[in-house]
Amino acid sequence: MAADVAGARRTPWVLLSPSLATISLLLIIPMMFIVVYSFWLRTATGADQVGFFLDNWIEVLGDRFYRDILFQTFAIAFYTTVICALIGYIPAYFVANTPMKSKTFLLLMLMLPFWISYIIRTMSWINILGASGALNTLFVSIGIIDEPIQMLYNQTTVVLGLVHYLLPFMILNVYVSLDGIDKNLTEAAQSLGCTGFQAFREVTLPLSFPGLAAGSLLCFVLAAGTYITPVILGGPRDAMFANLVFEAIVTQLNWPLGSALSLVLLALLGALVVIYTRYLGVDQIAKSFK
Amino acid sequence: MADIENAVELKNVVKRYGEFTAVQRMDLTVPDNSFVTFLGPSGCGKTTTLRMIAGLTDISEGDLLIRGNRVNALPIHKRNLGLVFQNYALFPHKTIYENIAFGLKYRKVAKSDIRDKVNRALDLVQLPHVADRYPNQLSGGQQQRIALARAIVIEPDVLLLDEPLSALDANLREEMRVELKRIQRELGIATVFVTHDQSEALAMSDKLVVMNNGIVEQEGAPEDVYNNPASAFVADFLGHSNIIPATLGGPDAAFTKVMLQSGETLVTIPEQTAKANGAKDVRAVIRAEKIDLSDQNNAADGVITIPGKIKTVDYLGQQARYFVTANGRDWQVINPIDAHPHQEGADVFMHIAARNCVLLPGHHD
Ligand SMILES: Nc1ncnc2c1ncn2[C@@H]1O[C@H](COP(=O)(O)OP(=O)(O)OP(=O)(O)O)[C@@H](O)[C@H]1O
Ligand SMILES: [Mg+2]
Repeated sequence: MAADVAGARRTPWVLLSPSLATISLLLIIPMMFIVVYSFWLRTATGADQVGFFLDNWIEVLGDRFYRDILFQTFAIAFYTTVICALIGYIPAYFVANTPMKSKTFLLLMLMLPFWISYIIRTMSWINILGASGALNTLFVSIGIIDEPIQMLYNQTTVVLGLVHYLLPFMILNVYVSLDGIDKNLTEAAQSLGCTGFQAFREVTLPLSFPGLAAGSLLCFVLAAGTYITPVILGGPRDAMFANLVFEAIVTQLNWPLGSALSLVLLALLGALVVIYTRYLGVDQIAKSFK
Repeated sequence: MADIENAVELKNVVKRYGEFTAVQRMDLTVPDNSFVTFLGPSGCGKTTTLRMIAGLTDISEGDLLIRGNRVNALPIHKRNLGLVFQNYALFPHKTIYENIAFGLKYRKVAKSDIRDKVNRALDLVQLPHVADRYPNQLSGGQQQRIALARAIVIEPDVLLLDEPLSALDANLREEMRVELKRIQRELGIATVFVTHDQSEALAMSDKLVVMNNGIVEQEGAPEDVYNNPASAFVADFLGHSNIIPATLGGPDAAFTKVMLQSGETLVTIPEQTAKANGAKDVRAVIRAEKIDLSDQNNAADGVITIPGKIKTVDYLGQQARYFVTANGRDWQVINPIDAHPHQEGADVFMHIAARNCVLLPGHHD
């Protein structure tokens, strides 16, 4: 008996061990390295000095420059999330309310962008908005403007690129929660005197909120951690936090500073996720991934 | 007051889904204050008809009248109907109070009146203490009561229920059935109830509508429909019936013989009844529980006796169902059990009273 109980207690760990091993090997151990790195110091010679120095942390947490970029990063992520939520809801609603047969096709269409590299999708905006891009060529040829105007390389185009990239995530999340809503509920609401729109506001919208919340969290985190979009579509002043990490590690070869920077972003986004799930309930968010 | 008003009236209503006709020429009335039940096998168009009345599905052809007004084009939210679904469909994000108050809010009822009405509705369904809970904190039976309260609190012209009891277990169902009927009587509300449970239908209805393949096979008071099925389908669907091909024999004074194909006389029935049926080839419908089994031939006057042998016995508690071989075919007989059921293989006599034999035209199904 006792052996059975002990065995039963061990079984989950045995079953979990492959994933635990993978997570430790690929996530936890490298993360430890980063933590350790962040306390090293890069000397003037370019070599890293091993030890426990707080210099990187003092620089990262104390310098206004980093704080400003951090705010800019979160602002961009926030705009992106709001826009994704607003314009993603409509196609999600549409897909959720189409008959089963076409639904599969529409969902496939939603997945389609994922088959094309995100970088290429981002760069496609240059062909549309660039100096010799489609819009400028059109406007010049019909005479609205004489010279091509500068539409690229500002914060708006960064947000545009991010919305383009993240919209499918939002749509899928909202779709899942809309799809799970019992159609009888809106019919019941209508029988009680609601117009179609009132039934939407009273029933469908609140019940799709978990999906909207999960989609928003995902969009925000992915947008805040983005690195490629500002490089391709942003100007020199539109850097986001991940660009700083890249700059430190790849350009300046300053691993300790880059480590400290990346840990700051990780900690902030991690805190966001924790607060978010606390407020909305973890199961609410998990539900829309079901 | 003189003429009976109809809460709902369907005139030649047809519903097509593309090529497929789900409801063909439905003519139907739901009289005021009455409890009307749609009964029929799965896919026969019960839900479709109910949804057309509710305004959830549009009507392909024909007219729908509620309280004498043609409402074909009136959207659902203006129809003033109470709707109860099989899966309750309570709003999960609203409390019980908010659920019940929902319809009143959209009818612009004053706050204080809403409170009174909701409390009265909760009393009516005997759940006065659950107002602050959420639907998932109630049992299935309680949720269905709340769904009913939500539907009746708006004082609808018609209450529409689509298999409201079929998600409940047997005991609860019985209880809810009594409850529902009590509430309906108390409020005197015209009700359309969809079910495919015949005991439910027989027990509750003022008027029973038996449907099949998108048409009304028969409508009437439950006991009329039960005792005088108008078609083989109704005879077969309601309870257990023996449908025996037979021939009408020559008139003998005031009586006509109904003869089995073997030539034996099954019953003799009043000439009038036989004439009314017209045809010579008929089917005699005899309900399984209207045949008396006995091990002695002790027929009274006007009762026919057919000898047979018991093939199988299903013991059902207070009664038993027998399959009896007689006259070259199997007969179903359901009899109460006196002391012991008849044994398999026993020789028995089936006693059939003439008045328990209903004739339908035609030999073939
Ligand atoms: N939206 C639809 N499109 C096409 N056919 C439909 C649609 N809704 C119902 N039908 C068909 O109409 C017929 C009647 O359906 P209905 O739902 O009214 O049956 P029902 O009598 O309520 O059956 P059940 O007892 O199983 O609920 C069925 O054959 C069904 O397949
Ligand atoms: Mg149905």
